[in-house]
Amino acid sequence: MITIKDIYHLADLARIKLEETEAEHITTEIDSILGYVGQIQGSGGDMRPEVPALHNVMRDDVVTNEKGQYTEALLHNAPLREGDYLKVKKIL
Amino acid sequence: MIDITTLTIATAHTHLINKDFFARDLAEAYLAEIKKTNGDINAYLEIYDDVLAQADNADKIIASGTATLLTGIPIALKDNLLITGKHVTSASKILEGYVAPYDATVVDKLKKEHVVFLGRTNMDEFAMGGSTENSAFGVTKNPLDMTRVAGGSSGGSAAVVAMNGALGALGSDTGGSVREPATFCGVVGLKPTYGGVSRHGLMAMGSSLDVIGPITKTVTDAEILFNAIKGQDMFDSTTYPDGQYPQNTNKKLVIGVPYHILEQEGIDQSVRDNFTESIKKLEQLGYEIQDISLPNIGYSLAVYYILMPAEVSSNLARFDGIKYGLHVDGDNLLQDYLKTRAQGFGPEVRRRILIGTYVLSAGYHDAYYNKAILLRQKISDEFAHAFQKVDAIVTPTTPTPSFKIGEKAHDPLSMYLADIFTVPANIVGIPAISIPSGMVTYEGSTLPVGLQIMAPHAHESVLFEISKKFLGE
Repeated sequence: MITIKDIYHLADLARIKLEETEAEHITTEIDSILGYVGQIQGSGGDMRPEVPALHNVMRDDVVTNEKGQYTEALLHNAPLREGDYLKVKKIL
Repeated sequence: MIDITTLTIATAHTHLINKDFFARDLAEAYLAEIKKTNGDINAYLEIYDDVLAQADNADKIIASGTATLLTGIPIALKDNLLITGKHVTSASKILEGYVAPYDATVVDKLKKEHVVFLGRTNMDEFAMGGSTENSAFGVTKNPLDMTRVAGGSSGGSAAVVAMNGALGALGSDTGGSVREPATFCGVVGLKPTYGGVSRHGLMAMGSSLDVIGPITKTVTDAEILFNAIKGQDMFDSTTYPDGQYPQNTNKKLVIGVPYHILEQEGIDQSVRDNFTESIKKLEQLGYEIQDISLPNIGYSLAVYYILMPAEVSSNLARFDGIKYGLHVDGDNLLQDYLKTRAQGFGPEVRRRILIGTYVLSAGYHDAYYNKAILLRQKISDEFAHAFQKVDAIVTPTTPTPSFKIGEKAHDPLSMYLADIFTVPANIVGIPAISIPSGMVTYEGSTLPVGLQIMAPHAHESVLFEISKKFLGE
């Protein structure tokens, strides 16, 4: 059973501010979804972790674009910028 | 006048080559039709302002004799595929105003064939949903019955094809988001093999599940679009080269039916009856039908609704109000994050982020995420085992035809159950297609239903062969 306190904690971890009006029904909804997906606990016995057939494929870390090719297009999307920097509030 | 109601990509191409009409005429015909019908249906979020310029360019290519099958063909893009210089939002308020800095690989490939991009289509926010009701920009209505949903999450892409608002569209499929709306709108939807089509430039939802696929009127058209967008890409390390998977050389195809999964609750009788008829038709077409067992397939939906939210919660961490999109100002950096993400994300997205955060958190990780990973492997093994005996597996695409707008909006779990037949293909990574299998009477309306065909990795050719025979193409 998930509680409203758990939901506030998860929202904190996920960096989402929850309004009180929303927290209550989201708790009910998530509880019912977790109840449904929790059925996997009852699944059969002979499962062992195995080395998957698929593996990571890495390419060489090479430059694929011209210097500055995307700078303006990327920074254009930033809500706040100063020159070619993103502007953020102080972190420490 | 061009009769766009009967046109397909293949026939339009012939007309363009024969100079029966120009790409510009074709584009104008589609723009006129969209103007007439899109207001009510809400399938397009935006029509690009350079459609006719693209068409004129395509006409030059055709005149020069270097046209491909797709040159001059009007195509729509789901609003989560990047196209340079255009707005792309994933139907979310958090990306309102975002302008794509580069082309998705699929867009780049289609640009090289001089496709005419008409616009971007509505979807569930960040592709989370099965009805397009989770769009921040309003629901897409089903062109066949305006009181019902077009399906989702690629609801706009399916609706534009059904309403003759494009000859084809691209969607993305994480748990059925191409196949389910294609079924609801009575058109063809292909989910390719995982890694068959590059995800570079597709906004990520569940990275181990996502794949881009075409929605079209015919199987032939789906094959044309698939051939144009597939292939290994240096920008997506999960794409595979030709020859990665051994090809099936069986002359006479055997089709497996997991009859046991039809016994569960929630499958409408009209869907069961239609499916029985489809099996009969496949037998008449000469295919051998075999009853097969996939013992753990019943866990697929639960596995999916653990793995997908886990991946969602990681992928959507990037939307922080700093790099792009919406920024809601708070007293400090933390408050900026909290407020931006609260206002920018809709309810379903927030719900899935919280579920993902839960299943990945210390103390629950083993019970949910790790267990789901084990089951995913188990289900994959069972499919591999089944494919030793059969060449394809068929099921209905959805447990019911299209539902009423608002019917499931307040019960997320009942919405999730609509994915019951489609999620296994994403979990296993195999290709699957949904083709129209007839009209049924459901809640007093006449609505389309779909047949889903699945095949082993990289065997889209098997799907096309069976589908074409089934539809008489």
